[in-house]
Amino acid sequence: MSQNESSISFDFTDRAKKVKLEAIGAHVYYDDNHVLKDINMIVRENTITALIGPSGCGKSTFLRLFNRMNDYIDSFQLSGQVLIDSQDIYERNVNVENLRKNVGMVFQKPNPFPKSIFENVAFGMRIRGISKKTELEGIVEDALKNAVLWDEVKDRLQKPALSLSGGQQQRLCIARVLAVKPTVLLMDEPASALDPIATAKIEELINVLKEQYTILIVTHNMQQASRISDKTAFFYQGQLIEYEATRDIFINPRKDLTERYITGRFG
Amino acid sequence: MNREIRNKVFDIGFRIFGIFSTFLGVILIAIFISSIVQAGFSKIDWNFLTGLPSRFADHAGILTAWTGSLWILALSAIIGIPVGVGAAIFFEEYAPKNSLTRILEINLTNLAGVPSVIYGILGLELFVRSFKMGSSLLAGACTLSLLILPIVIVATREALRAVPQSIRQASFSMGATKWQTIWHQILPASAGGIATGVILALSRAVGEAAPVIVIGALAYVPFVAESPLDDFTVLPIQIFNWVTRPDPEFIVNASAGIIVLLSITFLLNGIAVYLRYRWQKKMKW
Ligand SMILES: Nc1ncnc2c1ncn2[C@@H]1O[C@H](COP(=O)(O)OP(=O)(O)OP(=O)(O)O)[C@@H](O)[C@H]1O
Ligand SMILES: [Mg+2]
Repeated sequence: MSQNESSISFDFTDRAKKVKLEAIGAHVYYDDNHVLKDINMIVRENTITALIGPSGCGKSTFLRLFNRMNDYIDSFQLSGQVLIDSQDIYERNVNVENLRKNVGMVFQKPNPFPKSIFENVAFGMRIRGISKKTELEGIVEDALKNAVLWDEVKDRLQKPALSLSGGQQQRLCIARVLAVKPTVLLMDEPASALDPIATAKIEELINVLKEQYTILIVTHNMQQASRISDKTAFFYQGQLIEYEATRDIFINPRKDLTERYITGRFG
Repeated sequence: MNREIRNKVFDIGFRIFGIFSTFLGVILIAIFISSIVQAGFSKIDWNFLTGLPSRFADHAGILTAWTGSLWILALSAIIGIPVGVGAAIFFEEYAPKNSLTRILEINLTNLAGVPSVIYGILGLELFVRSFKMGSSLLAGACTLSLLILPIVIVATREALRAVPQSIRQASFSMGATKWQTIWHQILPASAGGIATGVILALSRAVGEAAPVIVIGALAYVPFVAESPLDDFTVLPIQIFNWVTRPDPEFIVNASAGIIVLLSITFLLNGIAVYLRYRWQKKMKW
């Protein structure tokens, strides 16, 4: 489809899947700080892509390109293109609110609203003018079930979301996103604030979600990346160093830098 | 060694000074309140609360004064809260951070220090004369709304700023617009803090005499106001009027009036304290 593809990806296994996300010659600056340098990357539909790399290498910035959350940073400047379903999302006529309905985000720290569990999940519907109780109840229940949280909260939907445990809060945040039926999920270290059991639950959930969503996930946990992702992108100092099928990256990385990073031998 | 001893002496010295200042304030207020209560409490009865003003101390009541104060309270709330909260939202969530907004901000904080008489003069020129409201409740409420505006704005901005950035981010990332984020997330999360500030500001408005005297509110109003365009008086004016009379019987009336006024402001402050407490308990991020 695009000329960049052949030079970046040699993964033939899921060629059949549609191209969902695409970055073409993307550069990002924060004032003079050049934090992403000529990123070319293709992400196919219904796959999980892990973004790894040392702190400050630009993973979060790259992730936020796809829902335009960088727009709130005054010094942010982008050149190049970012496409979703072959549509440039930085074009002038793009409706950012609709874009974000399609591209959900889960943050590093669980950030439920200081409202009830129910209202957290219903929020995305309410701001889109849906206020019929029966309709909301159905959507909330489905979303909580999809986020594997329903059984734990079904008896206390009116309780404050902040009364949940950290792991439950994070799954609530996932449910909140799922409720508006996006097709892309951006996750910025979604399990880094959680204990191993809660982390395992989130990972399990992500694996199921793959069936229906295209997922980009930032992680500092190499095991996690290798467990859950189909492809892995290694960033270093704003550059995309290597982007391959996850098993290739972890078993047989092509670049010395990648190998040193994933084996923890980093100077 | 020497230094340590010196620090210790300072430490103890300041503690004693702190305790002394605190008690000085508390004791003075306690003496004041108890002497007022002694002088005026027996005067407070049904006749006093429902009586119209009179030249004779024992006939005189405060019906027009306290209803006037309630009118002022309600009207100032209706005018002052939307304007003040709106301005705070603008500053905090919308205004670009440039030198113009900074100058506006500094002026705003300075406005909180302008003597209330000055607001009265402004109100007299602007509302009473230019807008032809006359010395009406509406003119009084507009003037007092101006007076409390800086307090409301500062308190509201503080409450808005206390809402963590992560809430805004979460809301935006769900596809909410700025206004939806403010309406559905930020205002509910900061409502307790805003209410606290607003109530304290209103209790200030209820206690003011100078600006309402300047705009021409009268001490002698022989009827209860029925619309915002009616003439009015308020408790502080009635108290002031009685205090200036030579007849000692009026001092008793003034004391009773002070008790009623203090009850209203204490009640308002109590509500504010309660709201703040509730809010702090609910909003632990
Ligand atoms: N709001 C901002 N304003 C200015 N510079 C920023 C901002 N956010 C990030 N940066 C800079 O951009 C670079 C990339 O940051 P980014 O947060 O994308 O890195 P990251 O890979 O996600 O790091 P981490 O693993 O620590 O989360 C860093 O040098 C950082 O200092
Ligand atoms: Mg990051």
